[in-house]
Amino acid sequence: MEIVITFERENSTKKINFKGKTLEELLLQLKLNPEAVIVTRKDEILTEEEVLKNKDHLIILSVVSGG
Amino acid sequence: MKCFQCQDKAIIELQHGPVCKNHFIHYFEEKVFKTIQKYQLLEPNDKICVACSGGKDSQTVLYLIKKYLQTHHQDTKNLKVLAIDEGIKGYRNTTLKDLKQFCKEQRVELKILEAKKELKYTLDQALKSLKKKNQLEKPCHICGVWRRYLINKGARELKCTKLVTGHNLDDEAQAVIMNIFKANTSLSAHLGPISGIKDYELFVRRVKPLYFCPEKEVRLYALIKKFPVKFIECPYAEEGYRAAIRDMLNNFENKYKGTKQGVISSFLQILPLIKEKEIKTNTKPLRECKICHEPANQEVCHACKILGVLNEK
Repeated sequence: MEIVITFERENSTKKINFKGKTLEELLLQLKLNPEAVIVTRKDEILTEEEVLKNKDHLIILSVVSGG
Repeated sequence: MKCFQCQDKAIIELQHGPVCKNHFIHYFEEKVFKTIQKYQLLEPNDKICVACSGGKDSQTVLYLIKKYLQTHHQDTKNLKVLAIDEGIKGYRNTTLKDLKQFCKEQRVELKILEAKKELKYTLDQALKSLKKKNQLEKPCHICGVWRRYLINKGARELKCTKLVTGHNLDDEAQAVIMNIFKANTSLSAHLGPISGIKDYELFVRRVKPLYFCPEKEVRLYALIKKFPVKFIECPYAEEGYRAAIRDMLNNFENKYKGTKQGVISSFLQILPLIKEKEIKTNTKPLRECKICHEPANQEVCHACKILGVLNEK
């Protein structure tokens, strides 16, 4: 499936080809530590168990500040 | 995943189970308020200065200190906010804009101390000048010295008796591990929910209400509360030693839940011993800087030493 992701830290949006089911698997594919990010979909905060759908638009927020 | 308390949709899995938005807010605020009470971070007559950068930690701690005072029927007139403008073009002006908006919404008085006015240089100017003199100081080192110097000076000028900072559990766990890895035990004596090893009249005691709050929880709280926090990276930020420790701790935490809390719990058990040893063996007790009369652990404070190099012709 195709997932659209906006990365807050890089201020960029990318389309990702994703073969898994859950957010946990997507973060693993993106090599992102769940401790270091918060993921939202339509203003809803997602847990790692969340099952993703084709064409989902996710926003990945950085937990760490930029200072 | 459902909240274990009410079966609503969970937003985070805590050590004791998944929780929804409302139960997370309740849990987070209770944790901060209990930290304030257990460690006696604030006393009824304290004049409080919250050191704010405009980021998620400082906005969260400011909001919760105000809420704590209100819920405990204490006067919020004694609450002031202090920010430092080091003079980093394209960075600090943005975070200070967020902070000004936040302070206006929260109806708290904001004081901004500018490095340019207080120390005659912006950080940008100082770094440029040091580069010309072939003095390769790390930007974060100078920034840290200036910030600590100006925050203490500003809090004292505001006649505050407590200085609140937004340090969170991750910041503290990183500092503890860094000090162990680098064998800087004496530096660890100054950590803990109340910074410093003893009172000194020129030094405003620093307290950390977010001491037990992981950084992810603070970011989540700021997000739910819709605080004006934008991600903006400092142009001088570098992925140094602390970042390596942060990533290591995050990797451990992801595999073994409770690692960071474990670091802090173990540290708090031995902190009284480290403090006792430091008081007995400290060869550099706080004194007055002979140039600026601010606290120093040598004849001349670090800020004046940097200025000395900058003023050399």
